[in-house]
Amino acid sequence: MYDFDWSSVRPALPFMWDGMKVTLKITVLAMSVGIALGTVIAMVRLSKNRALSAFSASYVNLFRSVPLIMVLLWFSLIVPDVIARLFNLSRMANVQVISAMVAFSLFQAAYYAEIIRAGIQSVKSGQIGAALALGMTFGQAMRLVVLPQAFRNMTPLLLTQTIILFQDTSLVYVMQVRDFFGAANIVGTRDGRQVEMILFAGAVYFVACFVLSKLVKRWQERLRVVAT
Amino acid sequence: MGEMNWRVFFEQAPSGGGATYLDWTLQGLKLTVLLAMASWCIALVWGSVMGVFRTLPNRILYGISTAYVEVFRNVPLLVQLFIWYFVMPELVPAGLGDWFKQIDPFLQQFLAATLCLGFFTGARICEQVRAGIESLAKGQKAAGLALGFTLRQTYDYVLLPMAFRIIIPTLASEMVNLVKNSAVASTIALLELAAMGKQLLDYTARAYESFMAVTLLYIAVNLVVLGFMRFLEGKARVPGFIGGGGR
Amino acid sequence: MDIRRALVFLACTALAAPALAQQPSGTLDRIKQTGTISLGHRESSIPFSYYDDKQQVVGYSHDFQMRVVDAVKKKLNLPNLQVKYTPVTSQNRIPLVQNGTIDIECGSTTNNLERQKQVDFTTTLFVVGTRLLTKKNSGIKDFPDLKGKNVVTTAGTTSEKLIRAMNDEKKMGMNIISAKDHGESFLTLESGRAVAFMMDDALLAGERAKARKQGDWVIAGTPQSKEAYGCMLRKDDAEFKKLADEVIAAALKSDGEKEFKKWFQSPIPPKGVNLNLPLTDDMKELFKNPNDKAFQ
Repeated sequence: MYDFDWSSVRPALPFMWDGMKVTLKITVLAMSVGIALGTVIAMVRLSKNRALSAFSASYVNLFRSVPLIMVLLWFSLIVPDVIARLFNLSRMANVQVISAMVAFSLFQAAYYAEIIRAGIQSVKSGQIGAALALGMTFGQAMRLVVLPQAFRNMTPLLLTQTIILFQDTSLVYVMQVRDFFGAANIVGTRDGRQVEMILFAGAVYFVACFVLSKLVKRWQERLRVVAT
Repeated sequence: MGEMNWRVFFEQAPSGGGATYLDWTLQGLKLTVLLAMASWCIALVWGSVMGVFRTLPNRILYGISTAYVEVFRNVPLLVQLFIWYFVMPELVPAGLGDWFKQIDPFLQQFLAATLCLGFFTGARICEQVRAGIESLAKGQKAAGLALGFTLRQTYDYVLLPMAFRIIIPTLASEMVNLVKNSAVASTIALLELAAMGKQLLDYTARAYESFMAVTLLYIAVNLVVLGFMRFLEGKARVPGFIGGGGR
Repeated sequence: MDIRRALVFLACTALAAPALAQQPSGTLDRIKQTGTISLGHRESSIPFSYYDDKQQVVGYSHDFQMRVVDAVKKKLNLPNLQVKYTPVTSQNRIPLVQNGTIDIECGSTTNNLERQKQVDFTTTLFVVGTRLLTKKNSGIKDFPDLKGKNVVTTAGTTSEKLIRAMNDEKKMGMNIISAKDHGESFLTLESGRAVAFMMDDALLAGERAKARKQGDWVIAGTPQSKEAYGCMLRKDDAEFKKLADEVIAAALKSDGEKEFKKWFQSPIPPKGVNLNLPLTDDMKELFKNPNDKAFQ
């Protein structure tokens, strides 16, 4: 039987917490930017302008057909310098982390966009007609009538997608970014205790995601009750 | 970076036998396809069994399948892969662990990646099968039982054939996801397409060309998968029951 | 999903990206402008560049890297120069230097003619031979004993290329595992997945220091190549290269032996193990006549 030795975990906790902060930063930023950008993409996609609609469809399809790992490799090895200049970053800024944030935001936006598009479409089209008949512009109708209902309906789905995002951030491993899992793995390889550290990291992810997904589910059920 | 140079793919790679970098790339592609197909088999079979368990009135089977779904959906894929590859061989009985660690490393990596992707995808298919079964009218199950079918027969002849037809479109996107997720195997040095992209970069120093070729190949594979599933969907359509994409 | 549209989109981005990614200006200018120097380091190239138990970067190559940083401070009159650390692997170090993420990488990078097409190297820091680490009782004495066996090496290294070439030329039927970094390579060896780990001898000594029972492991085999480690710089930046070259050459002459003693003949972090490596003739020669020549 394997001889477990968990003594590496405790002293490494502050180091892993630093990693967890990176994980959370990427998650929160990619969620915020992703949902904002996703909303724009979804609305553009549903717009009457065929060129714009085709463009956003292409965007979504591209990011949905390429592995996240490839996107991260593109962002870590080919474009960091472009990103540094685009955002006018100070050189002290951690370009790899920011590249990861940009990559995740763009990638997640494609997934959020599909959820939001379905959400918008779920609002009965008569409502837009009614809003327009009341004299609202298309923008007003979207902002005041459609989006509030759509977002309420799709919040659980968006949150579920965010839990997936939280898990997927572990893939920054391929960019040498030290997130929670990266930190745990470094300690594991350093101390020759990879088995324990990987299991520990897995347990932390499990507890966090399990609790969050249960909360989302309860919320979803409440929404369903209100809706009926 | 400078100018692009696509001729690099026709240069000879240093692996003997006159192989070019293009051959290397195709080798990676082949492995990605093999990996996806092998794990798909596990995912489909295991996921369906678990999905059925999720709908059964048996509390133990329901408990097992629920636990399975919760664990495999709430731990990141990368962590799961590391558990299969680095942790499992240490935890299983020493004889089995040592046997595994001494076989051809390619097989170790392929086996770990296949099991990992299979069970990970299985958890998602499980939920879809369950949803498919639950989406059928309750009357169908009752009708099956009333006709004198056993529960087993009701599932085999009534519920499952319908459920699977309904979930073909979601299975298609699951297959695309599987192809994409298979890139995670590059982290345990399995030389599939993504890892090959890194190796190409390493040997040719052409980052842009290497990654572009690999990215395009992933898109191509997914295109084929979607085309095939669309064909299947057309074949399996039940007249009068489900229109286009589940109206 | 309509992937054809995705392809059109990809094609457009594809054409735009190289145009955006132009070469950055001179390194020293950039450091002066930004008040920041960006260092590339390794996470487990013991004892050249790695983390100690407090997750600080330390090592033989790192000491020389810091001397370059001090010289840059003096030259640009920037006492408050900020230093940024970026960890690299054998596989991504060259692209990261090329794409401007890193100004100077000092770790365990071999200077060879092939890599000189992509990056520049400073004065040589160290000379190694590529050999094997194996269990004392494994029966592996030299490379021919590896026929049909599992062998691990680190992805992106010269050793990886050498052993793959050897496997093909001599039809040895080895199964080669390419691990992500030296730490992972050693774990692969220690857990019994491979019978031998091929790498630069000094790194093998560094990895052996992590073993639970050091005496169980030996460094064996005829060196397959002699290699010179240098720090990597972006290509064609003569000004920065001249500065780094001069600093390193002067440091090797004055303190080379002291540095060698510190990292190869005294206890080193994180576990306080002494690597006990003898000073080779190649190193003596390097301390006497520092140069930036590649061996192959």
